[in-house]
Amino acid sequence: MARSALALAISLSLLTGARPAVGVTMPEAGFGAVIDRGEWSGYISIDARLFPKSPEFPSQKDQDFSLALKPEYFVDWDSGDQRFAVSPFFRYDTADNQRTHADIRELYWQIERGRWIGKAGIDVVFWGVTESQHLVDIINQTDLVENIDGEEKLGQPMLNVDYLSDHGTWQLYMLPYFRERTFPGKHGRLRTDPEVDTRNPQYESGSKEQHIDLALRWSQHLGDWDIGLAHFSGTSREPYLNPDASQGGLDLLPLYVQIDQTSLDAQATKGAWLWKLEAIYNHNTLEDYVAYVGGFERTSFGVAGSNADLGVLLEYHYDERGDEATNGLQSDVYLGLRLTANDLPGTMALAGVLYDTDTQAVFGNIEASRRLGENWTLALELRFTTNTDEKDNLYFFRSDDYLGVELTRHF
Amino acid sequence: MKRKLSGNTAHRPAGVNNYLPVLAALVLSLFYHPAVLADADVEKGMAIAIEADRRDSGFGDSTVDLTMLIASASGDIVTREMRQMVLEVANDGDKSIMVFDRPRDLKGTAILTFTHKSGDDEQWLYLPALKRVKRISSADKSGPFMGSEFAYEDLSSQEVEKYRYRYLRDDAIDGTPCFVVERVPVDKNSGYTRQLTWVDQDEYRLQRVDYYDRKDSLLKSMRPVGYQQYLDRYWRPSEMVMSNHQTGKSTTLKFGNYQFRTGARDADFTPSAIARIR
Repeated sequence: MARSALALAISLSLLTGARPAVGVTMPEAGFGAVIDRGEWSGYISIDARLFPKSPEFPSQKDQDFSLALKPEYFVDWDSGDQRFAVSPFFRYDTADNQRTHADIRELYWQIERGRWIGKAGIDVVFWGVTESQHLVDIINQTDLVENIDGEEKLGQPMLNVDYLSDHGTWQLYMLPYFRERTFPGKHGRLRTDPEVDTRNPQYESGSKEQHIDLALRWSQHLGDWDIGLAHFSGTSREPYLNPDASQGGLDLLPLYVQIDQTSLDAQATKGAWLWKLEAIYNHNTLEDYVAYVGGFERTSFGVAGSNADLGVLLEYHYDERGDEATNGLQSDVYLGLRLTANDLPGTMALAGVLYDTDTQAVFGNIEASRRLGENWTLALELRFTTNTDEKDNLYFFRSDDYLGVELTRHF
Repeated sequence: MKRKLSGNTAHRPAGVNNYLPVLAALVLSLFYHPAVLADADVEKGMAIAIEADRRDSGFGDSTVDLTMLIASASGDIVTREMRQMVLEVANDGDKSIMVFDRPRDLKGTAILTFTHKSGDDEQWLYLPALKRVKRISSADKSGPFMGSEFAYEDLSSQEVEKYRYRYLRDDAIDGTPCFVVERVPVDKNSGYTRQLTWVDQDEYRLQRVDYYDRKDSLLKSMRPVGYQQYLDRYWRPSEMVMSNHQTGKSTTLKFGNYQFRTGARDADFTPSAIARIR
């Protein structure tokens, strides 16, 4: 409380032009009165994706090259209790005009007052614990043209209030504008057949993208346990893709329904073992369903007398909808190996396979990265499918195995 | 800890008069017994650790800027920059946050640690690219920090209860009289069988640590230098040099801009709070 009172005294004195009489040691002492800290950072990257197999459709290319830019700026004032942050994102892609896109990942004002934190603007929020699927993560829309792993997100407009109670953190979100999922275009690889027409999204709600979504989350850490409980009420981030009847089924139209989704995420940390679970109950007008993903990551530190750590990941995916599961993870097993070299260039690698126990389809993924010198990083991504079945979502990617190489300059 | 210190006298039967310890000491000095002497060294080692801890307690919270200069195998110097915030916790280990500024690809990455006097520490990692806070295993004590000669356990909060102690001898470092105390990590995940610490007799500041690896060979030595006193009480070094005797490599950790009692609160040291740090 003393800190807030002092902050208020400083901002008042700024208004009146008087110099604040600061008698105690403050972290921002010496930085001047108004701005505590502000900084530019970000990255620029070039990447290539090479597809060794011939494309399914003649419009698709064997490779694509692209350039991405993401500057970030923030400034803190009011003893660090207020912040403005902005971070635009831009990608140019040589093959797919849908992958050439711009977004605002961050543009917000944030204020802290004691146990309360308020935020207004655009931001990205992550929920969850598992590695091979982010089931409970729902605030932001997936920027699918960026990466099929679903980890890249579009900036979400929001009003957000956090309350830091003695018994966990409460987070309330009011989301006034819906972001549609991005999909590869006609010339892009890793797309559906037929392609998704993003110009004509369908909504269950008459308010369409103006529907106001609400979300509430409580999270707490209790000894070895980290637990999150959340409820989301609003427009589903994951669309159903339906053939466009008016076009004679030449395109797929995304349909965004209204959902009420209650979720649990939990992790138990027992020494070198991390036990993880994410579960949802999704209530909507088409089909209520339960889905979960759970498993463990176990790390061996300093394997074979080296400095490297080796982790084994095992996760099981279930979706009550079975064959109709929109993400295709109805009964799948993920087995992965994570190598952390603990060396100066920060070398890391993650290799894994996702196995569909119903169709026996396999999706393989190898990611590796390391620093080059002080400011550059090199990342590799190898993805492949085998044994894909026509009724599996992976069937769309049957000819789209690829090797991605990305070189990034951080500043 | 007081219980442990008085442990040797706690079993004295009621009614025995006060001269008994003196008498016992006389008898023992006549019949020299190394185990008893060693026991006294354990007590003295423990007492030194407790006194050093007592002198450093009450600082409340602090922040410091860190620069790590890592000599690579090729002889190049690689620089890493971090900020650290520490919150003193009554009757338990400190809470701390380490935020990375350089290299730039790690900018904004933060590690939150709850140190515990007994049992496993708790740790969370914030990954700014995904805006994800991850609870991570704290079992990785011995791994190198950022590819440097410092291990994670060398940089963690040094709680009294994390070691067993034995006073060995008096010695001098650069003319400063020191106690040499051997300490053995309690945690079985530690990368060390033991450490020799040099603690100066005037201010109970750490002046040197020798680290012995799992084969009990001398692995590294650490020298804190440039001590300055803050708030008229708390001594902090301006530099720590860690030299690896087995590889010949070394890492220098520089400290700057120490701040104390900044008004940090418990709510600033939570998993959700590290996602807000820049």
